[in-house]
Amino acid sequence: MEETNFIMMALEWLMEFEPAALIAAASAIGAGFAMIAGIGAGIGQGYAAGKGTEAVGKRQSQQSAIVRTMLLGSAVAETTGIYALIIALVLLFANPLM
Amino acid sequence: MEFGPQVIFELPILGGIPVTETVVNTWIIMIVLTIVSIIGTRTFKRVPRGRQNVVEMVVESLNNLTVQTMGEDKKYFSSYIGTLFLFLLVANLFGLIGLRPPTADVNATFALAGLSFIMIHFFGAKSKGTGGYLKDFLEPFPFMLPMNIIGQLATPISLAFRLFGNIIGGLIIMSLAYGGLLTLSESLGLSFFPIFQAGIPIVFHLYFDLFAGALQTFIFVMLTMVFVKIAMD
Repeated sequence: MEETNFIMMALEWLMEFEPAALIAAASAIGAGFAMIAGIGAGIGQGYAAGKGTEAVGKRQSQQSAIVRTMLLGSAVAETTGIYALIIALVLLFANPLM
Repeated sequence: MEFGPQVIFELPILGGIPVTETVVNTWIIMIVLTIVSIIGTRTFKRVPRGRQNVVEMVVESLNNLTVQTMGEDKKYFSSYIGTLFLFLLVANLFGLIGLRPPTADVNATFALAGLSFIMIHFFGAKSKGTGGYLKDFLEPFPFMLPMNIIGQLATPISLAFRLFGNIIGGLIIMSLAYGGLLTLSESLGLSFFPIFQAGIPIVFHLYFDLFAGALQTFIFVMLTMVFVKIAMD
């Protein structure tokens, strides 16, 4: 019964390492996971760019106003991606846990 | 690897105040902008010629941007907006001459976002009156008060982190690219003369410094104007 308890086995295996090395490894994995948030920002910016192109196609006289609004909107959509980037950078270079 | 700003020297008061690259580079920008302004605005004529044409064009386009975004009645913001625009533009393009952009420091961007935050609330309270300004926090329902306060506090944080994240991301990618090109040169036995560092980084500089820097300048200024306008109307 003791041999099949995989969770305990994994934890015991992890206890063999130094705590600092474990925290560094977990931070690196966490930074990678944090950047998954980039998907959302990418979809949002792509959608904004697509709609902007559509609008320019319909009304070419309003091009500069449309481009300005689109850039503003995609910058706001980018914010969540930037938050993820900040968290990844903090985990990698200014880790509060280490 | 270390991407934080380096400490240039320490002020020998209060137990040593560290003066970082950010502060020194901001001084350089201040000196450059001041000298350009003094030289650019000397000897103005009624009929503009040469240098005066350029200065008038810059001032006029900044005025137009303010008027288009905020409306004719708020044209007096264009002096602050223009200063912010020129400072941020020079600061974001600082990486092109090999120095560290001051906006790649979270303290600098938070200072600028704090200025915007104070402007939003000061001018909001001034134009609506204190009662009308406070009443806005209870819209659309009174129980939305905590949400509104959090939303207002999130504004400067998102402004600061947007600028900082874009610039520091570009900086890190640039230094990784330079490091990679150095390693590539070393593998060919050219460690004394890193040939790949010539020419190839131009593409990265074009995107991360020129395009992203100019775009983030524009975004920061536009969002400041839009938020102040919303708070005032």
